[in-house]
Amino acid sequence: MANAIVSSFQRGADSFGDAFHRMNKWQKYSFYAIVIVALYLAPFWPDIPVLGQIIDTPGTQFSTVLNDQVIIFVLVALGLNVVVGLAGLLDLGYVGFYAVGAYVTAILTSAHGNLPWLLALPVAVLVSMVFGVVLGAPTLRLRGDYLAIVTLGFGEIIRLTAKNMDWLGASRGISKIGKPPSILGLKFGVLDPKPYYYLGLTLVLIVVFVLHRLEYSRVGRAWVSIREDEDAAELMGVNTFKFKLWAFTIGAAVGGLAGVHYAGKVGFINPDNFPLQLSILFLAAVVLGGSGNMYGAILGGVLVAYVPERLRNFADKRVFVFGVVLVLMMVFRPEGILPKRVGDEHKKRTTSTSAEEVAS
Amino acid sequence: MPDWLIIRTFWDLTVTGLALGSIYALVALGYTLVYGVLRLINFAHSEIFMVGTFGSLLASSQFLNIPLLEDGNYPYRTGMTLIFFLVIILIIAMLFSGISAVLLERVAYRPLRGNGEGVGAVVLAFLTAFIISLIFLDDTKTNLIVALALTAPISYSYLRIFKRGRQAPRLAFLISAIGASTAIAEAVGVWSKNGRDQYQTVRILEKKTLFNLFGTNVRIDYVIVIVGAMLMMTALTLFVNKTRLGRGVRAVAQDAETSRILGVNVDMIIIVTFALGGVMAGGAAMLFTLVYDQTRFNIGFILGVKSFTAAVLGGIGNLKGALLGGLVLGLVENYGSAIFGGQWKDVIAFTVLLVVLMFRPTGLLGESLGKARV
Amino acid sequence: MSEVLLDFNNVTMQFGGVTALSEVTLQIQRGEILGLIGPNGAGKTTCFNVMTGVYSPTIGSVTFNGQSVTGLKRHHITKAGIARTFQNIRLFSQMTALENVMVGADARKKSSVGGAILRTPRQRREENEARERSMELLTFMGIADRANNAARNLPYGYQRRLEIARALATEPQLLCLDEPAAGFNPAEKQELNELILKIREQGYTVLLIEHDMNVVMKVSDRVAVLDFGKKIADGKPDDVRNNPDVIAAYLGVDDNAS
Repeated sequence: MANAIVSSFQRGADSFGDAFHRMNKWQKYSFYAIVIVALYLAPFWPDIPVLGQIIDTPGTQFSTVLNDQVIIFVLVALGLNVVVGLAGLLDLGYVGFYAVGAYVTAILTSAHGNLPWLLALPVAVLVSMVFGVVLGAPTLRLRGDYLAIVTLGFGEIIRLTAKNMDWLGASRGISKIGKPPSILGLKFGVLDPKPYYYLGLTLVLIVVFVLHRLEYSRVGRAWVSIREDEDAAELMGVNTFKFKLWAFTIGAAVGGLAGVHYAGKVGFINPDNFPLQLSILFLAAVVLGGSGNMYGAILGGVLVAYVPERLRNFADKRVFVFGVVLVLMMVFRPEGILPKRVGDEHKKRTTSTSAEEVAS
Repeated sequence: MPDWLIIRTFWDLTVTGLALGSIYALVALGYTLVYGVLRLINFAHSEIFMVGTFGSLLASSQFLNIPLLEDGNYPYRTGMTLIFFLVIILIIAMLFSGISAVLLERVAYRPLRGNGEGVGAVVLAFLTAFIISLIFLDDTKTNLIVALALTAPISYSYLRIFKRGRQAPRLAFLISAIGASTAIAEAVGVWSKNGRDQYQTVRILEKKTLFNLFGTNVRIDYVIVIVGAMLMMTALTLFVNKTRLGRGVRAVAQDAETSRILGVNVDMIIIVTFALGGVMAGGAAMLFTLVYDQTRFNIGFILGVKSFTAAVLGGIGNLKGALLGGLVLGLVENYGSAIFGGQWKDVIAFTVLLVVLMFRPTGLLGESLGKARV
Repeated sequence: MSEVLLDFNNVTMQFGGVTALSEVTLQIQRGEILGLIGPNGAGKTTCFNVMTGVYSPTIGSVTFNGQSVTGLKRHHITKAGIARTFQNIRLFSQMTALENVMVGADARKKSSVGGAILRTPRQRREENEARERSMELLTFMGIADRANNAARNLPYGYQRRLEIARALATEPQLLCLDEPAAGFNPAEKQELNELILKIREQGYTVLLIEHDMNVVMKVSDRVAVLDFGKKIADGKPDDVRNNPDVIAAYLGVDDNAS
């Protein structure tokens, strides 16, 4: 019954995908343009008569939800999708990279320096990537189950280290974190979330662009082959260790980026902002939406972030709800709401321009 | 620091380390049993333990009706009454954990193996209905009623889906376990009386010193923990080695397909495996509340990770390994926090896990549930 | 004359107490088709696995093209020029046929993450070349009509041929086929034989494990026989067929003996 609803949603998405690929270049670009403009206008969606009422979030300002929750979860889901969805590596400590990004930003702009936020950003992302390598190098040889536990430990070690070290602010945390600079007339203050949303959305679009290119290249193919059958992939010449490490590192980079954005917005962080439950929610976003599918991950991120805000009853029970949802999904539909479509139609992991070419 | 103080501290740490380690060992047995039989890490085992602690709590405060304080003092009991009460609490804790473990298997794992059945369908249906009603309604009691009403039709359609019997990919088992673990812990955190706060458990044992060892006073509760844990583990070892069901567990751990062909009821064995692990966790839970006098919704998590570390340290799938790993970890953790400071306790455990997995993934005693020697 | 492509020298393979291979010495000449046969459990697949780097031999060495490949990492062995298929078909089920083959072709690529993100000219060129080559291989194997189907949806015969195409995409010098005829009917087996000959004509050297004598005896230039981990015969198909040791090893088991 619920399954039927989800399947019809998926069929709808599929037929949309078919129609989309039949469009020519200009139609596709116009479609992208319309969607992107609409997304930038999202803070004003609640103002639309009728529809606006349905989507507005009671209790919290819609654009706050958009930025603080949705953008963050979407970014994280995109990054985690690379690790879990594409490469098949179960990472339960993704909150660790998110925390690293936030803390490095905080340290560089406030606690131990006064770099501007914009300069802290690349450093924080880089440091996250280093953590990705540091965590990945010794552990990626482990079997899936063990990797899950170890990554879980990693997330907790990061949090506990931040909590126990005065240099990292201990339990008090770090405040007065630097804000993004004013550009294009946008001022990043304390009250208005809209500029942050525009910045965040831009980050999402850049990440989508980069990840899309990676997915539809030998890197993406290597990741999926590792997920499907790691031993066979090795025997077909895939350097599995190298590509697993890349998946981890890129995932870490995106997670760190999300942390940087978060820190810039809230201005104040402490270890309690990065609990284990967040890792679970992150995982739920990817798994629920459709792991292995970038659009599925985005959908999952939106759902996990938005639904508890829209349905206030849920809010303090949301971790419980998503825990149950994880079980239900695995029992009835492990591939997620929007699983990756394989072949037949027009999706392919190669960089060719038209469908007809290959189908001939 | 004067020598006698170091020695006294050392033995003090050793005794408490062994007690703590015994608790880890009991919980580790659950992880190792399920892993040996299903090649699966039962993430939710930590919550099975937590449920057991709440079972102990309910047993003493509700069933035995002992108040937290009597005239401003702890409600100490002695002699036969004490033993009787402790046994009752133990049994109830074991029941709570054992039954939860069996339910867990039916709800979160069996459907993924492709043979979901009635109990699992009903629980999942109830949970689905409950969540759906959460969307529309606020009051918990109303939600429960609505959920119960909707359970029947939803279970029916779930059963139909179960009949199709698909086997889920490996990753799905892990994710389902994580979801179950989270859901159970959160449910207690949201809907229990104290919510996410700590619960004080009833203390009926007066924690006197039992004897003196090399200058250290050894408390009776630590002795009970160590002895109790040993007894439970002995019972388990006897069960696994001497009974028909126990042999079945070892057979399935070694080769499930062949066991099935030889007539072993593999589904039943899996239930027994979960039940055994649950009962052991229940025992651990009761001992835990005996020593620490407290519990909360999320104690499962950290203890679970440490117990899992113990299981891996000893050699996953190896029962004796779980014991050894637990004791070693308890000691290492205690000594380590004496050296580095108490706040790094958990980091020590995680680090041990990482080091073991990297350099000796088969653990100290190697995997062996499948082999003849346990 | 022919050079030795693969030198399998005095290899012993032990797993715990079990000796799967015992002092096996085998040479494969460039351009030949060598069949490896033997009763069940003789050690044929173990032999394969040692050659392709899945196992590292307990004693002995494997030299390929003059270069030692003993104990090399598996993907390095593939890059050195040895490719294989699997007895129980291990395709990447969630990828299309074309993508499966392209994974093999990717083995020779130089561009990586940076190139993919930036779409450098080299990356685009390599990508196009890989795609073209993969389509060529699919056409060569006769399965190009299903290039965009998911591998898990392909009929059995297509899947077997896809595995071979994928292996060939890694540009090997030695192609190892592990029971390629399993599950085929006589007509399909005949097609397979022709295919193997066609592959050799393209310049590849082929090593083939097979149970079915109709396939092995007809298509191989030479045949080696294993029994209980030891090599008991090595020579032309007819000589091997009449070898008394071989007949004894198969006594009563071979139902294809003419």
